[in-house]
Amino acid sequence: MPFIPHTEDDVRAMLAAIGANTIDDLFDEIPASLRSAGLTQVPPGVGEMEITRVMHERAQRDRHWLSFLGAGAYEHHIPAAVWQIATRGEFYSAYTPYQAEASQGTLQLLYEYQTMMTSLTALDVTNASLYDGASALAEAVLMAVRVHKTSKRVLMPATVHPVYRQVVHTLVEDQDIEIVDVPYCTDCGHVIPSALRKYAGGDYAALVVPQPNFFGVLEPVDELTAWAKENNMLTIAVVNPVSLAILRPPGEWGAGGADIALGEGQPLGVPLASGGPYFGFIACRQKYVRQMPGRIVGRTLDLEGKVGYTLTLQAREQHIRRSKATSNICTNQGLAVTAATIYLALVGPTGLARVAQASHANANTLAQQLTALPGVKRAFSGAVFHEFVVELDAPVGDVLQALEAQGILGGLDLTDHYPELGNALLVCVTETKRRQDFDRYVDNMRRFAGRRLHSAPRALTPST
Amino acid sequence: MTTPADLKYTASHEWVKQDADGTVTVGITDHAQELLGDLVFVETPAVGRKLKQGEECAVVESVKAAADVYAPVSGVVTAVNTELTDAPEKINQDSYSAWLFKLKIDTPAEVAALLDASAYQAVADADSH
Repeated sequence: MPFIPHTEDDVRAMLAAIGANTIDDLFDEIPASLRSAGLTQVPPGVGEMEITRVMHERAQRDRHWLSFLGAGAYEHHIPAAVWQIATRGEFYSAYTPYQAEASQGTLQLLYEYQTMMTSLTALDVTNASLYDGASALAEAVLMAVRVHKTSKRVLMPATVHPVYRQVVHTLVEDQDIEIVDVPYCTDCGHVIPSALRKYAGGDYAALVVPQPNFFGVLEPVDELTAWAKENNMLTIAVVNPVSLAILRPPGEWGAGGADIALGEGQPLGVPLASGGPYFGFIACRQKYVRQMPGRIVGRTLDLEGKVGYTLTLQAREQHIRRSKATSNICTNQGLAVTAATIYLALVGPTGLARVAQASHANANTLAQQLTALPGVKRAFSGAVFHEFVVELDAPVGDVLQALEAQGILGGLDLTDHYPELGNALLVCVTETKRRQDFDRYVDNMRRFAGRRLHSAPRALTPST
Repeated sequence: MTTPADLKYTASHEWVKQDADGTVTVGITDHAQELLGDLVFVETPAVGRKLKQGEECAVVESVKAAADVYAPVSGVVTAVNTELTDAPEKINQDSYSAWLFKLKIDTPAEVAALLDASAYQAVADADSH
């Protein structure tokens, strides 16, 4: 099937109709100096048979891992029905429709999604999704600065995902917004509210509060939110949607709750796949809705009094406000959102709470077993959701490599992002792990953690 | 369309009323609200903000468009009409009583140089044709 449906004759006829000789003529007004010379590093196209063979060969190099790696993307069980339904022809598109109101089914699904996310976050409104959790945080920072009006500085704890912080810097630094790093307690693994005193009266637009934070540790969210309110700043909550089934939602945090909540939607029915596509969610108070980026689906009545769905508050968006739009976000991760909506509908509030409770219980079990080993100790005293940090006697890179040779992804090496923590390893456990998985991890860790490995065995690379 | 004779105007459809205490009151004209249609939201500048003449400082959003409001003269914002937050339709009902913000002005000459009612009427008429 050709990717472009126009035949050469079609193209010639269309060019003739508008009086152009070639397609390049259509770009005449772009000066030659600004045109790309083409993609010199991309090899010429190959046939379907050949590319299928190449892809099969590469797929064979994939290995099946026993994974304890989380750090922002999480392995959860996805009921088979989720993607069976999501890939139906009626849903199978990444885009919100361009003739939106002609696609009532898609709009209804997005409306249901928004309803579920407001229910999870206990806030008033959400949009139809963003690209991912990291860019959602950047959008929340921009939004908070617009809402606050007088300050362009935002407090950002070091316990926020390091990649999220990098993405925020990339997206806001050209808008004269200053991100001020807030330190954390290296014993407990979270921000200490009293340590914020030095920022009091400093004119900040918002305080970012991750829950759970990057270390899996629970932040004292009530005190942090109350402090932000006392100091005339908004609270931006960065949350894991699965954890919200058992943790108090951001809308109900201290002193009236957070103002904006966002996060990565991947844990809700989206598989781990080379980093994406995932999706971001963002929710806020009704009074800030005009500063929220992206598309919002609303429910209304048609002329005959029947319920219908429609895109609403579009005057904020770039097709109307052009460069003054709240964001350049127009499309979104519709397909991943479709899967998440079906996932949430299938598991329901009780099912999601069971997923969260099982993950939390499993994490605590594995943490206890690992820290009973010589050479492994718990890095932080703070309570966790489903991830925890251990400190090893041996270098983390060596240990992870040794575990990898046994088919185990042992977690994330924190040495680069948090050198102050020494040999620190971030471990994640979800509801997908069982007793024998813990045994396998612990048995192997016992062999590697206590000693310095001079030459770690390497994973075998299959020949191609 | 009404254009009260005691007000000053800008070509970008703001009206300006000179108050006795050296401040001015700013709103959008009847012609502007007619063009926009039913207003659903008004965003006003922060009190205390310093504005330069011509600077974007407020947004009026209707069911079909969002339009910027520009500072007609330079000055500091001394008050905003918070009633409009919950009742933006007041601008549709009477755009000359539904003011947006008040400014303490820097340069009285800027006010004097604004359009008078007949000059603005001409601008609006040209707009409509």
